[in-house]
Formats: sequence, structure tokens, C-alpha cells
Amino acid sequence: MSAKILYGYSGIFDTPNQITHAAEKAVEHGYTKFDVSTPYPLHGMNKAMNLKPSRLGYVAFVAGLSFAVTFVLLLWWMNAVDYPVVYGGKPFFSFPAYIPLVFEVLVLSASISTVLAMLFVFFKFPNNSHPLHGTEYMKAVSSDKYGMLIQADDPKFNEIDVKKYLESVHAVKIIPIYWDNDEINHKHKILEPKFILFLVAVAILNSAMVYFVYNKVLYMVPFNWMMDQQKQSAQQHSLIFSDGYGMRQPVEGTIARGYLPYEYKGQPDLAGQKLVNPIPVSKASLTLGQKKFDTYCSPCHDYHGTGNSRLRGQFPNPPSLHSEKVRTWSDGRIYAVITEGQNVMPSYATQLNPDERWAVINYIRALQRAMNAKESDLK
Amino acid sequence: MSTPTFEYRKKEIPAKIQSIGIALLLIGLIIVICGYIVSPARMAFNNIIGFTFIISVVVGALFFVAIEYLAGAVWSAPFRRAAEFLTYGIYLLPLLVIPLFMNVHDVFHWTHPEVVNADKVLKAKAPYLNINFFVIRVIAFMAVWMLFQFIITRNSLKQDESKNQNLTTKNIKLSAVFVPFFALTISFTGIDWLMSLEPHWFSTIFGIYYFSGTMLASLAAITVCVVYLNENGYLVKGLNEDHYYSLGALMFAFTNFWAYIAFSQFLLIWYANLPEETFWFLQRWEGSWMIYSIGLIFVHFVVPYFGLLTQPSKMDPKRLKLMAIWILFAHYYDLYFLVMPTYSRSGVAFSWFELGFPALLVGLLMVLFYQISKRQNLVAIGDPKLKRGIEFRL
Repeated sequence: MSAKILYGYSGIFDTPNQITHAAEKAVEHGYTKFDVSTPYPLHGMNKAMNLKPSRLGYVAFVAGLSFAVTFVLLLWWMNAVDYPVVYGGKPFFSFPAYIPLVFEVLVLSASISTVLAMLFVFFKFPNNSHPLHGTEYMKAVSSDKYGMLIQADDPKFNEIDVKKYLESVHAVKIIPIYWDNDEINHKHKILEPKFILFLVAVAILNSAMVYFVYNKVLYMVPFNWMMDQQKQSAQQHSLIFSDGYGMRQPVEGTIARGYLPYEYKGQPDLAGQKLVNPIPVSKASLTLGQKKFDTYCSPCHDYHGTGNSRLRGQFPNPPSLHSEKVRTWSDGRIYAVITEGQNVMPSYATQLNPDERWAVINYIRALQRAMNAKESDLK
Repeated sequence: MSTPTFEYRKKEIPAKIQSIGIALLLIGLIIVICGYIVSPARMAFNNIIGFTFIISVVVGALFFVAIEYLAGAVWSAPFRRAAEFLTYGIYLLPLLVIPLFMNVHDVFHWTHPEVVNADKVLKAKAPYLNINFFVIRVIAFMAVWMLFQFIITRNSLKQDESKNQNLTTKNIKLSAVFVPFFALTISFTGIDWLMSLEPHWFSTIFGIYYFSGTMLASLAAITVCVVYLNENGYLVKGLNEDHYYSLGALMFAFTNFWAYIAFSQFLLIWYANLPEETFWFLQRWEGSWMIYSIGLIFVHFVVPYFGLLTQPSKMDPKRLKLMAIWILFAHYYDLYFLVMPTYSRSGVAFSWFELGFPALLVGLLMVLFYQISKRQNLVAIGDPKLKRGIEFRL
């Protein structure tokens, strides 16, 4: 075992007055690295030891203020920029409502930062041990005695002087404190392969146990009552109806809204006599008619109904819609053509619903009038 | 431990205090009288500010004395007389309230029967808000304050001679009775004189709001007196920065308390957004009142907060005295904020009228303090807590 290294000299005192006096004297002697331990906070000790005010207050101030400002920015970003939602008719960035929250965050962040700074910056945690641990000195000052310790790394430290000084201020007991050699030479065991292997084994065992417990021992059937309802779903076999279908047909003769059946199949002339355009000419109907005409009719009939097809001969060009024949046709006759088709032209009943067909007819009438304008139209 | 003996030899405070006080008093009196001749309504509103301000200082000081007895506090025993001297101002309250009673119709909307009859809300409030009951309350409150002030200070004075500890016990019992009375009277004083200026408006926190200002103003006034007396050696030796620190810490605490209460009142009204409550704040946001209202945050909270935040600022008598005077000013500023928007809707009104009452009140208190201190010891030398109070260390 190598020689012990001196950490410092400690003195034990009986009364608070003695220790205060000793601290004052220590300052007079010019010791800077000394500390005083008392069983309870002793008022006036900071002055006797000539301690500067703690800098922890600044940590609290800076941390609290910066967290609070950040939090205001966060609230502003969330409530006014990224996802503005109106709450109770208040502005998006409503500062009065934030004050309680900001205050809470300020207090929380300031206190946590202060505690963490105290532990890790000022107390220098985590350290393995301290030479004072387990010494007679520590036992005495944590029950009913007052102690002072002068560290060996003090620039004015000198064993004989310090002993003399401690005697001069009436220390009851003077004990040298040494570093624990085992502690100094202590190696961290955390990186040894055996320990890492142990950790891995524990991790695997733990995961396996959790898996086993939650999936086998304590397994619970998932909550699925909503899926299993006592009702007939679409496409399901029915036990009630004789044909076995769950879905039912409407009553015979039912006509769905907007699906009036076409009564003049194969009789375009009769349709031309009987059918009347129910859609009055209006801007809306012409706009709709134009849109549908441009989409479905213009590929063959051309945008203006001239029959000059864009399909360039892949189909035979249809006749012009401006011929005398078409212009004198009633709306119902054109309706019959759109609905059933004529010659090469197929039926457009699936593409255009009845209202759209009538709108297209209105548009064709507008085209016809525009392409065959009379002198009187200019007036 | 050796027992330090305290030695008190009475030293009279200079007559300069009285002459300055009389000068201020006269100036204030002239302004007040001229004001009442030129514009009685405006002066009456100022009178309310002045009246509630002096209630804050003197009744708050009595509360401070009562709390000291009740809590068995030793640190304030050596300078309790400063607070006791201030409480004698309670006897001045009737003088200040008489001109108000003569002009009560100018300030209180609800004192006009024809207005009340035409107004459903005021009619419903009439059983409380009527001139007879109001006068009864004002007189009853003053009577309660005077009664307790008289007995408590008399016991304290008797103790100077007899050193009888039973007198302290008596005062503790009296204080226990007084404190609930104080809570009620000070809340209703705030409601009667300040909240009823806008009889349609109501705020359930208003009593506490006025109480927080009361505590601050009385603490500040006591601090000013204590620092002045101690720095010039009129008190016993041994009072030091630990005592100053405690006074400063109390002022700091009540600065925060005031801000907490004021903000609570604002936040609830702002959040609920009910027209019958918000109009009070909207009045204080009209024209130049807006700047005044924002100024209140700084005058009453930000400046005292940072002024008293650090340890040295509470221990240094000069800075502490400065902050205490500032807080007294802030309390006056606060009362002006509560009262004057009712008189001057469009914007802040400030001219020579407004200087009358501050001068008058400061003068009155100075003369009063001088006169009382001439007749009594400046330290309660018979108090059993005195020795421990002098030895008080943080």
C-alpha cells in the first residue's frame, strides 16, 4: 500500500461561537480553501467565511427568463402562425391568456435549472466519493459538533502552521484527513465485457418476460364490440329473405330522383313532337351547356358545331349543326339524338344526365344563332 | 453568550420635521380649499384618493401592529412604535371625510334617487348602496378602528412604565379580535369608496385588491419612518440590515401579491368578456388612460420588483428608503387609476388640483409623527420581545 495522500486538516469545535470565530480567523490567516460544517445552518457564517453571494441566483434568473421567452415564442408560433384556431373570440396571439402558463414554465424551469446547476456545476456531481465520507469528522459534525476543514491544496497550507492555527482557535480535536487510496485508484467497472454481457442478458430476459406476461399470461381479447353488431351488413347472406340476399330491391315501378325513364325509345320524331325543353335559357345553363358540349360533343362536332372534326378523319365527319334541318328541329328531336345516338354517333345518355342534355341543347341554339346571325340581331 | 444590554435614551426628533410638515400642510390646504371653490367635483374625486390613501397607511399600520402581536414576531418589536405613531392618523380620518360627505352627490352616481329609480340594476343594489347605510358604515368602520387603536396603543404605552407582560397578552387577544374586523372593514372600505364609483361594475376580488395596496402602502410608510429614525440614531442600537432586509422582503412579497391580485382581476374579466364587467377596463383604455394603465404595471410592479429583487437592495437603507417612497407613490398612482377615470372619461386629468392632497397628507403625517413622538418613547422599552428583537439576525 502506497503512502496516504493528505486531503486536509480538520478541527472539531464545541460551540457555534467558536466555529464562527475560527472562520473569521481563517480568513485573517489568508486561507481560501477551507470549509465549515455545522449540523444546522448557522446565520452569519457566510459573512464570517467571507463568502461571495452565491451565483445560483443568476442561473435561476437566466434560465427562467430564457425558458419563459422561448415559451412565449412557442405559443406564438403554435397559436398564431402554424395552427391558428379561434378560442372564445380571442385574438390568436392573446398574451393575457399566456401569462399564467408562462409563469408556470418560468418557475418550473428556473427551479429545475437551479437544482441541476447546483448538483452538477457547483457540487460537481457525480463523483465517486469524498475523502470526508465515513470519517470521524463527518460523524461528529452531522450530529452535535462544529467542524472546520482546511484543504491541503490551499496555497498557504503547511501542516505545522495549520495545526498551530487550529489549536489557537481552540479546536477540541484535530484530525488529518487522507484520500482513500482505493478510491483514487478505483477503475470503473462499467466497461468490463462481463458487465456488458450481464446487461445484455438482463435486457433480453426482461423483454422476454414482458412479452410473455403481456401476450400469454395477461392476454386480453381486444375491444371489438363495435365491429360485432347484430345487424345486416351489405353483401351479407340473409337468413330472413327467401332469396338469401341481404340487400333488397326497391319496390317495382320506383323512380329514383333525376332518373326519369326515356319514353320514346326508337321514336325520335315522336320525341321531337312531345318533349319540351324544361330548362330556361340562363347564364348558368349556357355555361354548363358549353362545358359539356366542349367536353363530349366538340371532338367530332367542333367547338362551333361546324362538324370540322379534330379527329382528322379517324371517324367520318358529322354533318354541320348549322344546317337548315338541324336548325328547324325541335329541342326534343335533338334530345332524342343525344339520348339514343344516330348513325355513327353513339348514345350519350350515360355521359350526360337529362338536365345536362337540355343545357347542351340550349348551347347549340346559341351557337346556331351566333353562326347564322341576321342583320336584325346587330340592332 | 454574553447578554448585550440595550440602552435607550430618548432623543427628540428635530422640529424641522414639524416645520416642513406645517409648510406642506398649508400648501396642501390652500390648494384643496381653492380646488373645492373652483371645481368641487374634481376636488371631491381627489379627496377620495387622498382619503383611501391615508386609510391604507394608518389602518394598514394598525394591522401591522396587530399581526406582530398575533404572530409573536420579535424582529419588528424594536420599531413597532413607528407603526403605532402612524396609526394615530386614524383620528384624522373624520376631518378628511367631512368635505366628501358635503360633495357626495358629485362623486357617487347612486346617491341620486331619480337615477336609481330609473335604473333596474341600481334599484336592486339600493338596499346596500344607499346614502344612509353608507354613512353608517363609514362611521362604524372608523369607530372600530379608533377603538382598537386606542386600546392597543394605550396598552403598549402602559407597558413602558410597568413592564407588565400581561399587557402583551392582552394585546394579542385584542389583535385576534381586530384582524377579522380589519379584513371586513378594509374590504368594504374598498368596495364603498372605490368600487361604487362605477355602481354597475363589480369585481369579487376588489376588496383584496385594495387590501394588497393597503399592506404595501403601510409597509412602505413604516419603512420610511424606521430607516429615517434608525439612521439618525433615534432608536436603540442594534437594529441593522437584518431588520431592513425583513421589511424589504415583506414589501417585495406584497408587490408580487398586488401584481397577482391585479392580474387575476384583469384576466378573469378579459377572459369572460362580459360587457357589464369589461367596460371598467375599457374606460381605463380610453385616450391617454391607456398610457396611464400600462404605466401602472411598471410603476406598481416592474420598478419595485427589480428595485427590491436583490439582497443588497433590501439591506442598504438608502435604496430601501427610496423604494419605500416609490411604493407610496405607486399606491397613490394606483388609487388615481381606480378613481379618476370616472371623473375624466376622455383622458388623464392632471394639474394643480391633484397636488393638493398628497401635500396635505404628507404634511399631516409629518406633523402628527412629530407631535406624537414628542410625547412618547420612540421605542417600546417595556416590551418583553424587545431584547430578542434587537438581537434578531437572519
